Amino acid sequence: MGRFHRHSDETAHRHGGPDGSHGSHDGADTGNGSHDGADAGHGGHDHGAGSDVGDHSGYRSGPERVELLKEILSENDRTAAANRADFAASGVSVVNLMSSPGAGKTTLLRRTLTILGPGIKVGVLEGDIETSLDADRLEGLGAEVTLVNTSAGFGAECHLDAVMVRSALPRLPLSSLDLVVIENVGNLVCPAEFDVGEHARAMVFSVTEGEEKPLKYPVMFRSADVVVVNKVDLLPYLDFDLDLFLSNLADVNPGATVVRTSARTGEGLDGWCSWLRGLASR
Amino acid sequence: MHELSLCRAVADVVTSHAERRDVTRVTVQVGHLRQVVPDTLVFCWKMVTDGTELAGCELAVEHVPAVGVCRSCGARNELDEPVLRCAACGGRDVVLVSGEELLVASMDLATSD
Repeated sequence: MGRFHRHSDETAHRHGGPDGSHGSHDGADTGNGSHDGADAGHGGHDHGAGSDVGDHSGYRSGPERVELLKEILSENDRTAAANRADFAASGVSVVNLMSSPGAGKTTLLRRTLTILGPGIKVGVLEGDIETSLDADRLEGLGAEVTLVNTSAGFGAECHLDAVMVRSALPRLPLSSLDLVVIENVGNLVCPAEFDVGEHARAMVFSVTEGEEKPLKYPVMFRSADVVVVNKVDLLPYLDFDLDLFLSNLADVNPGATVVRTSARTGEGLDGWCSWLRGLASR
Repeated sequence: MHELSLCRAVADVVTSHAERRDVTRVTVQVGHLRQVVPDTLVFCWKMVTDGTELAGCELAVEHVPAVGVCRSCGARNELDEPVLRCAACGGRDVVLVSGEELLVASMDLATSD
């Protein structure tokens, strides 16, 4: 997902230099005017010659508006880049697996580990708010599994962020793995906002969730490279309109790969596993 | 509830740029296509800043409309729905030019001695 309006604003905003001139605004000059409404926040900032606002090295400074135009998640994104560099150095591919609670991520992952077998060495980073229930379900399938409980911080987090993932990386033998699956916290909103350093995003959508979900959670559906439509064995018992769902998905993310599966019966898992093999061997 | 995480990130950005001056107001820009609830953001901002040097600082949330440009016919449209389809020609080759912002736009600093 290409996010609009990213600035390479790595350097701090600087206030008046020794010559009394106004500080520099790296990145800000590319940000103006490309979207309506943005200029409302720029008016109070004086770039004029002779202005002494901003110089507060021991002198009195008047009130001022300082333009920052800094990505809110820039710190997260920096850590995500560090994670990605570590993954590249170890030659491992990483997929961020997301879904609502109960869509079948863990069941799918169990079946996936069995199918991929010893041919592909898999590590699983299991995000869970409080428990080790999901991680326990993945034991004994040949994968290296490590748990990240997200409740450690200030309030239980509903998503994994790049820092949480980074804290867990030393517990995975990255250089001996081919693929790392990051099983995110079950949630259709928050995980989509946080880059954790993955190479691809997969989401599991179950047909019990309703056709309108791509329109209600567009950030998540738009960010996915592959959408696994799971529990298709239930289709005969549901009013779910698969074509309508696919059309809604195409409205928000026309480029997404779609794989239909039933993690329960095994239907379609070969397609999903070939997608993963492709990722692992990229 | 990632608004709480966002507020912490905003507070970090502002604190690192304010150089200990009093910040009276912070303006953030949130694109229409972001799933961020402005009222929740303001509520979380108070939670995150209370008891810190940013206590009492106001958070202003500016909404940035979603605008797409169609690569087939060149039409430029504001998108109310998160649907990437051209309102003029119905084409799906629409490129977003705004609507995904998540930015700390500016901060207002008080007079300092």
